[in-house]
Amino acid sequence: MKITFAEGIARAIHESLAADPRVVLIGGGIMGLNTGARALLEPVLRDFASRIMVTPISELGLAGAGVGAALAGDRPLVDLSTGSFVFQAFAQVVNEAANIHYMTGGQTSVPVTFYSLAGRRGGGAAQHSHATQAMLGQVPGLQVLTPGGAEDAYGLLKWALLESRNPSVFLSHPLLLGETAEWTAHDAFLPVGKARIRREGRGVSLIASSIMVPRALAAAETLQREHGVSAEVVDLRTIIPLDRDTVLQSVARTGRAVIADECHHSYGVAAEIAATLAEKGFASLKAPVRRVTMPDVPIPFSAPLEAEITVTAEKIVAGALAAVRAA
Amino acid sequence: MLRIRRFEEQCIQLAESKQFSGHYHVYIGQEATAVSVCNALGPEDFVFSTWRNHGHLLARGAAPDRMMAEIFGKATGYAGGKSGTLHMAVGELGVPATSALVGGNLPLATGAALACKRRGSGVSVCFHGDAALEEGAFYEAMILAAVWKVPALFVCENNSIPPAQRKRGQFTSSTLPAAQLADVPQSLQIRTEIVDGADADQLAESFERLVGEVRRGGGPRFVEVRCTRWPGSFPLWPELPDGPWQIAWAFDGKPDRADLALWLEQSDPLTLYVRKLVSAGAVTRSQLAAMDARAKEEMAGAARYAIESPFPTPDQAYRHVWAEQ
Repeated sequence: MKITFAEGIARAIHESLAADPRVVLIGGGIMGLNTGARALLEPVLRDFASRIMVTPISELGLAGAGVGAALAGDRPLVDLSTGSFVFQAFAQVVNEAANIHYMTGGQTSVPVTFYSLAGRRGGGAAQHSHATQAMLGQVPGLQVLTPGGAEDAYGLLKWALLESRNPSVFLSHPLLLGETAEWTAHDAFLPVGKARIRREGRGVSLIASSIMVPRALAAAETLQREHGVSAEVVDLRTIIPLDRDTVLQSVARTGRAVIADECHHSYGVAAEIAATLAEKGFASLKAPVRRVTMPDVPIPFSAPLEAEITVTAEKIVAGALAAVRAA
Repeated sequence: MLRIRRFEEQCIQLAESKQFSGHYHVYIGQEATAVSVCNALGPEDFVFSTWRNHGHLLARGAAPDRMMAEIFGKATGYAGGKSGTLHMAVGELGVPATSALVGGNLPLATGAALACKRRGSGVSVCFHGDAALEEGAFYEAMILAAVWKVPALFVCENNSIPPAQRKRGQFTSSTLPAAQLADVPQSLQIRTEIVDGADADQLAESFERLVGEVRRGGGPRFVEVRCTRWPGSFPLWPELPDGPWQIAWAFDGKPDRADLALWLEQSDPLTLYVRKLVSAGAVTRSQLAAMDARAKEEMAGAARYAIESPFPTPDQAYRHVWAEQ
């Protein structure tokens, strides 16, 4: 059975609320401006209205209340809405949630999940388009979940809500909500911390997460069809924890690495993967590592300007061809 | 109160002799607040504190030796040396996390109060200072507490201004443009009260009643406790003006420093309470002296424990980043 990314999220929330009375929603927008996807939450609103807190626009307070409820025994999902709004909540996400287990010497754990609809959505311009995974990846103690497929949206969110003992940021993506995948029952779920080989290939590894996953898959299709290049697609699934081993093993097979990342070029997720390959995979590389990323500019509003800097399947293809032809 | 006073004096002496490093804050002059609040709480309740947490933790029942070891960064401290004085917490006593960020613990306490409300038991107390009202987190937490009607008690220990600098009719934070701190939460429909931090009996009566109101579902409360800062807390690093507190100062003796003498006379809850107990015949001066000797010995023992405890081994730096699944 195929489900959409948005259906995966809605299903994970509904099943988690049904499975554990400690789960509580602090905010329930979840799907952003997507009215079709919002309708998928109707069963949640109908069946669990008393467990959805009314929320003023107070991201800092909401995030902190989620942390406080978690350390008092609940398992909250805090909707921080558009990804860029996590900055309003940063003090609680970064300086409280992530630090508490460590600061207390392991006395207190904080199983809170922050939901964030992050990334370039089209027309969001500079203040509503941030891909925040690299910034959040700099915070020890915070799990950063970056599903690129519907089955992982379902599985990772359900895991965060029902099983995780640590704080998580679940990075949803406005342009992923309609993407489909074959639904996987939660108990058959690939463990958290394992990357997923979405497509096997021999000539180049395309390493991706979140919205980059469908674009890397499209690029791999084009590379095969139009250029005879066999590309392997590695879906990282989570930035923290990061499955470096699967990346290194893939590049050991293909000899070439192209990293697609919606973060800005400098200090991004791609930079971390490139550093890992330089440190531990250098002998496997037949060509320099290529990063296909957002340039280091704020996101402009005007459509042609935004298109200029967006990481597309075409740009990933071009990066892969450059890597293949480099040696 | 006496135990907290002697613990803090011990801290100052240990810091002055360079036995531990790092900045720290003491609770001298505010002891009656922590004791009154914590006496009104039960084991299912939560307490959220700040960088000035020693008094709150002791009043909640924490062991002075393990606290002092934590202040020293020793392996035997409550967090194995990872929190130090600033973030000291004791999970088993319902003090699950202590924030050293101004205003940082207000959202946490509000969230814990939400969990209490959902399970139908417990209240959540948030100790904070007057400067928390200068942070955005304060307003967001107040809004949530009021909208959700959670069992939260915000205890604002206003130690901002000494009597000589007070303007008529005002007792506010040094940089908050409100005539009274309590005006601010009141505007968000949170019921408030103002109590004198030097009057232990009034504090006990007020907090017994307020905790009861919150516990019975009356919604959040904000209490401004008007404390007057102890002269030893005015310098950047705390110091003991005229040495440790003396029981005699409550009766016939006087310290040399005039500012300290004035503070003891008007604002010190310990001095005033001791005098009151003796004059009411509730305790004799010799009984007091015996209590004090025990407190001093206990805190000296805590210092010895901290000094003699080992530091954590370097591998401990990597532990507790993650809760084990």
